[in-house]
Amino acid sequence: MDEVKVDKKINIKGLVCPYTFVKAKLAIEDMEVGEVLEILLDYEEASRSIPKSMEDHGQKTLKIEKINDTDWILLIKKEKE
Amino acid sequence: MEFTEDQLQRYSRHIILPEVGGKGQKKLLNAKVFIVGAGGLGCPVGYYLAAAGVGTIGIVDNDTVEISNLQRQIAHNTNRIGKLKIESAKETFEALNPDVNVIGIKERLTHLNIKDLMKDYDIVVDGTDNFPTRYLINDACVMMKKPLVSGAILKFEGQLTTVVPGEGHCYRCLFEEMPPAGLVPSCQEAGVIGAITGVIGSMQAIEVIKLILGKGDVLKNTLLIYDALKTTFRRVKVPKNPECAVCGASPTITELKDYDAGYCRL
Repeated sequence: MDEVKVDKKINIKGLVCPYTFVKAKLAIEDMEVGEVLEILLDYEEASRSIPKSMEDHGQKTLKIEKINDTDWILLIKKEKE
Repeated sequence: MEFTEDQLQRYSRHIILPEVGGKGQKKLLNAKVFIVGAGGLGCPVGYYLAAAGVGTIGIVDNDTVEISNLQRQIAHNTNRIGKLKIESAKETFEALNPDVNVIGIKERLTHLNIKDLMKDYDIVVDGTDNFPTRYLINDACVMMKKPLVSGAILKFEGQLTTVVPGEGHCYRCLFEEMPPAGLVPSCQEAGVIGAITGVIGSMQAIEVIKLILGKGDVLKNTLLIYDALKTTFRRVKVPKNPECAVCGASPTITELKDYDAGYCRL
């Protein structure tokens, strides 16, 4: 995987839907177009639903990675205001 | 302004909408909406705007709750009979959402007080039950360049239109003069099916929310008519009247006056 410059990180472990997406969306709203958000989460469904919802909102998923038994890392690039 | 955890949860279904988001929710929390009437339409409009987190809701009415209101005026209840409607509405809306500041104004709108009462608000909602006040509100909104979401109901029929001054029609472009007193029956004379106030009032609330968010298309140059018996909606085009007495190029109405010509007040 190419090195991607991460501009902002959030840890939403312990949260479930829809708050996982609420937190991710609020984080990306405060960023500039072109910047990348890293999301650390432990709710499996959100590892699928956040990328899908982000794409629906015009953002781009760069990475979905399971990093251990419980956690995922997502990288989302902001492409739309 | 950052959201509290409670607010994140309360408004989560708004925030995840692309059209709202955190930014839109903050616009709602900062918005100031003025509702005329705490009756059939004012109740659902205020209720949903309070639920949506519209931060300041001014509501003007000088009546008290009567048992005959309760078939449709859902912000009030049986224990509140005899209480001022603005107090009852404030209690209901603030209990639903403590983020909301409800300012009850015990007045009848007149040409003398309307501009002063409306001046601090962004958007006006007409939920009145009489033509003199309806025309007064329209004329004041045009003069003050305030968007107006106008609703009306009678029997099994409801109407809705949104006036955005400078961008479309106004109520006078639609109905130049008010009908003569006695020609149009009132709710008291003709009856009204209670739930229709919820249909029209909820749509008024959505028009207000869209105006606050700056999203979607409001009912500019359009009158929406709902026939509850047939379950049909009809959209009628309402072009701006270039010769309109209040919003036209050379208006003849340049000052407000009261139009209380023999109308019975309900």
